[in-house]
Amino acid sequence: MSISRRALIAGSASVLAVDAFAQSAPPAVPLARGLPPGVPLAAGLEALPGKKPLIRLSYRPPNYETPVAYFADAITPNDAFFVRYHLSEIPRIDPAAWSLTVSGGQAEVKLDLAALKAMPPAEVVAVCQCSGNRRGLSNPHVAGVQWGYGAMGCARWKGARLKDVLAKAGVPQNAVEIVCNGADFAPVDKTPDFVKSLPMWKALDDNTLLAYEMNGAPLPHWNGAPVRLIAPGWTATYWVKHLTDIRFVDMPFDGFWMKSAYRLPLGLFPSVDRFVSQETAVNTPITEMVVNSLIVSPPDGVRIRSGPLAVTGLAWDGGHGVERVDVSLDEGAQWRPATLGDDLGRFAFRTWRFETHTNPGPLTILARATNAAGQTQVSQAIFNPAGYHHNVVSRVSALIT
Amino acid sequence: MRQMYLVALLLAATHATADESAIKLKEAPGADAVRANCAACHSLDYPIANSGFLDAKGWDGVVTKMVKTFGAPIDAADARTIVDYLSKNYGR
Repeated sequence: MSISRRALIAGSASVLAVDAFAQSAPPAVPLARGLPPGVPLAAGLEALPGKKPLIRLSYRPPNYETPVAYFADAITPNDAFFVRYHLSEIPRIDPAAWSLTVSGGQAEVKLDLAALKAMPPAEVVAVCQCSGNRRGLSNPHVAGVQWGYGAMGCARWKGARLKDVLAKAGVPQNAVEIVCNGADFAPVDKTPDFVKSLPMWKALDDNTLLAYEMNGAPLPHWNGAPVRLIAPGWTATYWVKHLTDIRFVDMPFDGFWMKSAYRLPLGLFPSVDRFVSQETAVNTPITEMVVNSLIVSPPDGVRIRSGPLAVTGLAWDGGHGVERVDVSLDEGAQWRPATLGDDLGRFAFRTWRFETHTNPGPLTILARATNAAGQTQVSQAIFNPAGYHHNVVSRVSALIT
Repeated sequence: MRQMYLVALLLAATHATADESAIKLKEAPGADAVRANCAACHSLDYPIANSGFLDAKGWDGVVTKMVKTFGAPIDAADARTIVDYLSKNYGR
């Protein structure tokens, strides 16, 4: 990035901070409000090979979020889908050379891509959302990748059912979890490899897939090619990319990324899905996503001519299904229902639309989703040390002229 | 130390993109230690993006985690230098 572009980004951010409605050029990087002050100095809009320009939060490992404008539809385009890695060695895998080994069962099984594709295919439309999406909005701030709103996306995933693959290997009676590893690794040997486990009930769920297609195309390299795990409803930490190994274990897996990372204080969030073998007296692994929404249009901080206004956005949850979205134009005193768009399944983004008429003056729009389990969004973020599960009621401000 | 520095530089050179080399840390005592140690595993936009909210204790926690949890081969003297640099230049 050139100095002038860096200056432009920093300058735009300060303009936003002083007067969000100033009639200046749009910011070079569409960053959320409320991020730590260093983010505008470090972030940039940049395209990885095969991707559109996304919001780069770190070069290495690559962490790139999707600008909000790409969330106009329930399906997120592959080339705009966010990218998230913990470890910076990310081999490009030749699909013809790839194989998956399933061990610890009654027989060790090795499948190549052709064998996986020969199995009965299944599809699911599902949201893949980083546990730490919106971490950058945590109050107080916590260390980590300072995500705004775009560490998520929704795609139509096609692949083999994990349960069918596990059956080929023969599920042992005493299996407690499966342990999943991908091809990415760390530059330093002592860094814990990114390895995740799933409870057997989730592994054997009909909707849990080993996906080789995303929106009708092979998975992009940056989203886990050639095969990744799809754990619908659960946060993306379980969606192991570049999957190469699965093994059955008869004891809770104690790798760092299960035992220590991706943990929530017990009872802090209204999760229904439990991962009992990994629970302790004080904390639990993160499981399903909390109910959430995003106002996509109008974008935050815009000027709009008075008159008819359509507010549009997305809602999603951890698989109970979105039941309703309500919108308030008076800071939450009154809520009115939005019209929900097509239902692509209980794991998918649900579009919604709310029509109103605006008069000149400042306008604040709030949106709040409720799911079929009766859960709804919070008015203040529930603080937790790693900044997970941010689902504060969605808010944008506009100036009506 | 010199050997580690060379290893770190080589690793950084292997993985750095042209753009990554544009990241400019504040020039102050300790910046070289950050470049020599931290860039082996991650780009140096991390401390910049995480600036403004961690105090010395917070940065000490981050560096300790890098060493103890993630196995970064940083000697104790360098770790102190790095914490000091980050607290002064990217602290709260």
